[in-house]
Amino acid sequence: MSVVAAEGLSLRFGERVLWEELSFGLGRGELLAVLGPNGTGKTSLLRILLGLLEPSGGRVRIDGCPPRERCNRIGYVPQQQVFDRDLALWGRDLVRFGLDGHRWGFGRLDRVGRERIAAALEEVAATHYADAPVGRLSGGEQQRLRVAQALVSDPVLLLADEPLLSLDLAHQRGVVDLLDARRRSAGTPVVFVTHDVNPVLHSVDRVLYLAPGRWAMGTPDEVLTSETLSGLYRTDVDVLRVRGRVVVVGTPDDQHVHHVGEGHAH
Amino acid sequence: MFTDLLAQHFVHTALWAGAVVAVVSGVIGVFVVTRGMSFAVHAISELGFTGAAGALVLGLDPVLGMLGGSLLVGLVLGLLSLRGRERDSAIGAVLAFGLGIGVLFLSLYQGYATEATNLLFGSIVGVGDGQLRNLAIVGAIVLAGVAVLYRPLLFSSVDPEIAAARGIPLRALSVGIFLLLALTTAEAIQVVGVLLVLTLVITPAAAAQRLTGRPALTLLLSVAIALASTEGGIFLSLAKPWPTSFFISALSFAAYVGARLWAAARARQKRLSPSAPRRVWAVR
Repeated sequence: MSVVAAEGLSLRFGERVLWEELSFGLGRGELLAVLGPNGTGKTSLLRILLGLLEPSGGRVRIDGCPPRERCNRIGYVPQQQVFDRDLALWGRDLVRFGLDGHRWGFGRLDRVGRERIAAALEEVAATHYADAPVGRLSGGEQQRLRVAQALVSDPVLLLADEPLLSLDLAHQRGVVDLLDARRRSAGTPVVFVTHDVNPVLHSVDRVLYLAPGRWAMGTPDEVLTSETLSGLYRTDVDVLRVRGRVVVVGTPDDQHVHHVGEGHAH
Repeated sequence: MFTDLLAQHFVHTALWAGAVVAVVSGVIGVFVVTRGMSFAVHAISELGFTGAAGALVLGLDPVLGMLGGSLLVGLVLGLLSLRGRERDSAIGAVLAFGLGIGVLFLSLYQGYATEATNLLFGSIVGVGDGQLRNLAIVGAIVLAGVAVLYRPLLFSSVDPEIAAARGIPLRALSVGIFLLLALTTAEAIQVVGVLLVLTLVITPAAAAQRLTGRPALTLLLSVAIALASTEGGIFLSLAKPWPTSFFISALSFAAYVGARLWAAARARQKRLSPSAPRRVWAVR
């Protein structure tokens, strides 16, 4: 059975149609990359999966239930945002939010809870900076802690929204490998929103490409072709494979060409 | 003379009132500092003043007017739940207008000007038994509120985006913390006055944050600093007849400066120490 079932989703902002009749299922252990230029509703799709945004049409089921009923079992890794340097919070505390941060009251952490936090820290190799203030850690270290926070709740689904932004190559690779390892070991499906497919290319099963007003879905080899993307953009687009990297040239969105072409930000 | 004063009932009342207000302010201050709400505290206290001035004009209890003014502004700011620059300018606009109304109310007020001065600069020694009881009740409400909201409040202060993804109602929480803050502000005004509320609601928490990296410990240290400043300030004002508010603000500021110096010294020591663990990032 699919963990995620999206049926006939559409998203409109006023007159503007971002996508229509978007249907897909996501089974255990699958990694779906959501690609496309800015303003095509990539983040909105994640917000719909989280139950934070109602689609204009269609419906989503996570594990057979509406997303809101499952939101405590969805691990979410957002873009890296810098914490205040003086924030009184250790890495361990940040991970704990994933376990019981949504519950009322002070709450006491029992032995099982402490062990789960320790295991999540171990899983992302963050144990040696778990007892440091998060504001003093590097962007890559903070992002690892966010992955641990997403994993500690034993999620049925992992959602990541541009989690590699502003990370250098080694850290990008590290975060992708963590999510990849989890879906292989626990079968947790992953939806990965990114403007650059290259860091995830070696792990991705399927690609959802959102272009203005249209979308395409399939394996990377099916979607990331000159033919498919030219059809999506309704103009001549070339997809090149250079040394195992995908480079897209000729999309109407210049910035997008730059990003997919150049890959990483640093 | 000093020991004579210590035996006085009004001094005991003042010490108890100071303790209640210090505990509540120290607790709420931690969330105010984490969420970057310092300017909002200022606005809420100044509009508490407007409410009190309005109550004076109407011949009502100024404390009730102050509570009403603070709660109204807290509710509005909480519902707006604005962020960043927009929040600052919106608060500034509301604050300026509210203070203008306060000035009008004061000019209309025909009674003693001491009432207004007490509101602005505090009058801890004027606290009566009934007022102390009310302070304790309101303080208990604030502490209970913080206890219930603690974990989601901390989570959403640190990482609102993920907190929302986990189903935490951000707007309701924002209204909740602003209302608790309004109650706290109305309490603190009675001790240190409108203009010095920040000395109890911001300074101790800001100092505590420099001293520790753990949320629960920050809370305890913030309360301890607020308590020491308030009670110390009251004692000092008994020994030397300067305003209590001055002593309280001087002590809490001293704690803040001390905490910064201590944190800076500790950071330097860590850098110099060769045994400090180097963080290595495993590339897999």
